[in-house]
Amino acid sequence: MASAAQRRIKSISYAKYGYMFILPFFLVYFFFQLWPLINTFKLSFYGNDAETSKYVGLDNYKIILQNTDYDEDIATNKKKSATVVTYTDSDGNKVECPLKDIPAEYKDQQIEIIKQNSKNIGFDEQHETFIQSLKNTLILWIGNFIPQILLSLSLAVWFTDAKLKIPGKGFFKVVMYMPNIITAASVAVLFMSLCQENEFGALRQIMHGLGVIDDVKTEKASAMYITGTWPPRFVVMFIQTWLWFGNTMIMLMSGIMGINPSLFEAASIDGASSGQVFRKITLPLLSPIMVYTLVTSMIGGLQMFDIPFMFHTGQYPNKHLRTVAVYIYENFKNRPSEDYMYGYSGAASVILFFITASLGCITFYLNRDQDAIAKKKQRKKLQKQAKMQSKQFGGLSI
Amino acid sequence: MSKMNSVYGQGKDNYMFKIRLKSTILVIWFIILTIICLLPIYILVINATRSSDDIALGFSLTPGNSFIKNVKTMLFDDEKPYKSAFKPFYGYRNSLIITCSAAFLTVFFSAMTAYGIHVYDFKLKEISYTFILLIMMVPTQVTSAGFVQFMIKMKLHDTYWPLIIPAIAAPAVVFFMRSYMKSSFPLEIVEAARIDGSNEFRTFVTIAIPMMKPAIAVQAIFAFVATWNNYYTPSMILLGGDKHKQTLPMMIQAVNASDKVYDYGVNYTCIAFSIIPIIIAYIALSRFIIAGVALGGVKE
Repeated sequence: MASAAQRRIKSISYAKYGYMFILPFFLVYFFFQLWPLINTFKLSFYGNDAETSKYVGLDNYKIILQNTDYDEDIATNKKKSATVVTYTDSDGNKVECPLKDIPAEYKDQQIEIIKQNSKNIGFDEQHETFIQSLKNTLILWIGNFIPQILLSLSLAVWFTDAKLKIPGKGFFKVVMYMPNIITAASVAVLFMSLCQENEFGALRQIMHGLGVIDDVKTEKASAMYITGTWPPRFVVMFIQTWLWFGNTMIMLMSGIMGINPSLFEAASIDGASSGQVFRKITLPLLSPIMVYTLVTSMIGGLQMFDIPFMFHTGQYPNKHLRTVAVYIYENFKNRPSEDYMYGYSGAASVILFFITASLGCITFYLNRDQDAIAKKKQRKKLQKQAKMQSKQFGGLSI
Repeated sequence: MSKMNSVYGQGKDNYMFKIRLKSTILVIWFIILTIICLLPIYILVINATRSSDDIALGFSLTPGNSFIKNVKTMLFDDEKPYKSAFKPFYGYRNSLIITCSAAFLTVFFSAMTAYGIHVYDFKLKEISYTFILLIMMVPTQVTSAGFVQFMIKMKLHDTYWPLIIPAIAAPAVVFFMRSYMKSSFPLEIVEAARIDGSNEFRTFVTIAIPMMKPAIAVQAIFAFVATWNNYYTPSMILLGGDKHKQTLPMMIQAVNASDKVYDYGVNYTCIAFSIIPIIIAYIALSRFIIAGVALGGVKE
């Protein structure tokens, strides 16, 4: 029996409070995230540095995605490859020319870069840099995701196995999660100090101690942990795995602990081996969390910035570590003067946005509820049958 | 009968032996992983106490005796670049100002948004919640070019506002809070408060927030860590190059940015100054943090 007061309260509409409570979120979201996002889309159709307010259509996308010289097509942007180099020709004279115009027979020799005006990075260089950054992102993400998920999954299974007697589980968990809490910038600088390419580098000292490299001081391609191609990539993959495996492990562990324990009991009574339990029970029931981990890791991988950006000496990042996020950042920020390449940056951001969105959709599509789909299919089939039947009777509905 | 017993006993012994063997191997593997996790930090601490010349001599597991000298060089030596690049106490102050305000805004307004969606019925309720779920996936890097350009236009660059105010809109935290409310915040409490004459905002502040303490604590810690460790946004916004305004990660990047390392011992000391506070905080709060990550895992 509702009292008069209660009835009165029920009749009052509180909807306006709902709007009031969620208003700050949406206001701030609009100004600081949604508008910047729209702004990024807009910027991708406008020019670079001095021409930021000039509409150029799809030129930025064409430049970073296609391998052609657009000097003729784009009348407004007449910039050639800006890196000027010298090479020594057959007569021993030093010749100055843009990087891309070196005659083929001189391409192999050690060329000397005399001018690299970042303001006028040519179209072909922008294209190469962007494609390289996409490749690097993919390599670095795969190289850190696969070991990370294998390590985390196996650790999570072992930690949650009630049969095993492992002392100090809490301690191991705390230690393994610890790298995740440390500032990524500091981690990058720390590993750089450890990987120095001279007698100060701890990694070189350890490698020397193990007999992998002969001399700590001498330059050797396989020990170029910062400036090389593959060694720094492996170091970055290692750092990323080191940073994130504890986090993934704890997420997966809580997922495994959410599985009904009677299933494991029943399996062990039926004599299933631990491998069978893992394949037939843990993995299928863990799949929602696995998808979540995969998607977050993928988005995180596409955003990978701090470690690849800082793992270098000097002003410019190692081009073998330049990820898409670093490319975006460099084009509007890391420039000597105030020439912001908003156009290229915006175009790369939009491409990154669509890659992220489609990857997310694909993963969710692959992992949607199989039962629901089967039911839907069945329903469709029945409908079709009904239609067929109605056709058999000459379209007359009986 | 006795024979059967012995056969059974043998099987059991065999089983126990297998379990024990597996456990031992795993413990050894975990210890190796522990060493891998701790070794870089350990080398950092050791090398922070050694001079550059000591470090060149080789790898060591025992501390040196140059720590005080390294700290002095870091803070007072005008000839080396460390004094101008790395000002740890300004870094702590600036990072703390930004981080504390951002973490507070994140948890307060996320709880408020989640409360609004959970408690009230209004037309756009479901749409706004779906919208929040969708935008959780947008990477920050995607918006950054437009964000920086917009902030420069608004003349907000080089201030802390663009680093603090956006913390109000944290979709992932709203999602977490909503899930928590669904499981442990009965709506009857709100009605009871109404009957007692409490207004809506007061109900939220004095009743809902205390009830959500566990979720708020966990999310506050994570917001704090994420903001404290963020290098990307501050480095885009604080363009002025004024060292007294920079955050700690920016300073450590400045130590890294010069072509040449001048003194390896001091280099390690700088890194140690940037890492050690957060490790101490972690050790103090580790139970909370691990539990929080685990909570985040049961999202589905």
